[in-house]
Amino acid sequence: MRRLAVVAVAVGLALTGCAAEPAEAPTAGALEGSITVFAAASLTTTFTELVTQFEAANPGTTVELNFAGSSDLVTQITEGAPADVFASADTKNMTKVTDAALNEGDPVDFATNVLEIAVPPGNPAGIEDFADLAGTDVTLVICAPAVPCGAATAAVEAASGVDLTPVSEESSVTDVLGKVTSGEADAGLVYVTDVIAAGDAVEGIEFDESGEAVNTYPIVALGDSAAPDVARAFVDFVASAAGQKVLADAGFGTP
Amino acid sequence: MSPATGYAGVPRWVAAIAVVGALFVLLPLAAMVMRVNWGGFVGLVTSESSVSALLLSLRTSLAATVLCIVLGVPMALVLARSTFRGQKVLRSLVLLPLVLPPVVGGIALLYTFGRRGLIGQSLDALGISIAFSTTAVILAQTFVALPFLVLSLEGALRTVGTRYEAVGATLGAGPTTVLRRITLPLVLPALVSGSVLSFARALGEFGATLTFAGSLQGTTRTLPLEIYLQRETSPDTAVALSLVLVVVAVVVVGIAHQAGSTKYLRGAL
Repeated sequence: MRRLAVVAVAVGLALTGCAAEPAEAPTAGALEGSITVFAAASLTTTFTELVTQFEAANPGTTVELNFAGSSDLVTQITEGAPADVFASADTKNMTKVTDAALNEGDPVDFATNVLEIAVPPGNPAGIEDFADLAGTDVTLVICAPAVPCGAATAAVEAASGVDLTPVSEESSVTDVLGKVTSGEADAGLVYVTDVIAAGDAVEGIEFDESGEAVNTYPIVALGDSAAPDVARAFVDFVASAAGQKVLADAGFGTP
Repeated sequence: MSPATGYAGVPRWVAAIAVVGALFVLLPLAAMVMRVNWGGFVGLVTSESSVSALLLSLRTSLAATVLCIVLGVPMALVLARSTFRGQKVLRSLVLLPLVLPPVVGGIALLYTFGRRGLIGQSLDALGISIAFSTTAVILAQTFVALPFLVLSLEGALRTVGTRYEAVGATLGAGPTTVLRRITLPLVLPALVSGSVLSFARALGEFGATLTFAGSLQGTTRTLPLEIYLQRETSPDTAVALSLVLVVVAVVVVGIAHQAGSTKYLRGAL
């Protein structure tokens, strides 16, 4: 009788444990150690929030964050910077890491992002859709084709047949956004998440053609880690329901 | 002629530290040269975008240097040859771009000449738009390079003193004649080396240009911006172009040293 009760309690515990797991952070025992996460600049807000939640769920861990453009991060990683996790803003830069066999396990796609038109508050040039960006009377700033946001811009441009004549091709989304918030440009092409993060400084205009270039964000644990358990747990956490909620709130899509 | 003549020499430990200092500057350059992909070097630096960036850089730096001379010589003269209230403060402020992060300079220029800027607003009303044009690049370069010219020229003006100028004046020469016949020939070497320093600084300008002028091939994408962009896709091109920039800079500095110490140049004025 007593044994049965113990079993019942144990089963009950196991059941609640299972039920709670998808919503909670995956707590793989008592995790301990500190890791450094290299994440794309566009993940600054979300990953700062994710780390706060992760550290709260795993008190024995500390997570340091290093944000930069994905290709900068790849350069730093391949040159031997101490990183345990790499979150890239595109698959191309992730491939550089996997090609160099620096990863531990396969990369996991954890978010997507699409382009949106950003205009200064009040929309002085009266932009309504993607086709309005054509022509020389609109001061348009986009990313250079060499960087992920520029590659996405070029893909949308080609698919839509609209001929863009930008006054500047910047090296990063931040630089494009800066030209729009300062009012120098009538419009810029940035990611949905950048428009949300910029708050009242810009207005966002969605357009149908953005579906032509969906940017996928992969994350991977790196091989040369002092705390591989923590690194793996963080990757799992980002892909978990709790992690996905933080990303969705910031405007990211699910892959 | 060498200043070390008749001097017992520097203590060994000082020389040892000096060697470490020199290595600190030279090793990164050597490390970069070692990464150059020599096989593809010519192809990488002669691509259309590379050549366009180099030519734009040379053109804008030259224009910025001319602007530095036009504005900087009078500034140095006023700072060195006159006294007025607030002169010290003014001198410190004029030299500010020297220590300011270029990005800050770019933001400041944006708020001045930008479409919604202090002056830019009026210019825009007149139909003149500076942002995203080659003019913006030249303004950014002049902003960061001007202190180099003012600083070296003002120092030289103070060093040569006012004795010859005073003599000239007593012999009946007007202020402009004194300036043209006495002052400027005396400080010509400093003017040349200051100009070359300004040119070199303009050539390397990155932050202010990126923030203020944007980046478009042939219009505003100078060599440093091209290097920054190429790094994304082709690190080989970025390294090759970096080497080109280093070589241009070395040649320019070399010319400055030659010109600065050549006497016949003084006679030319």
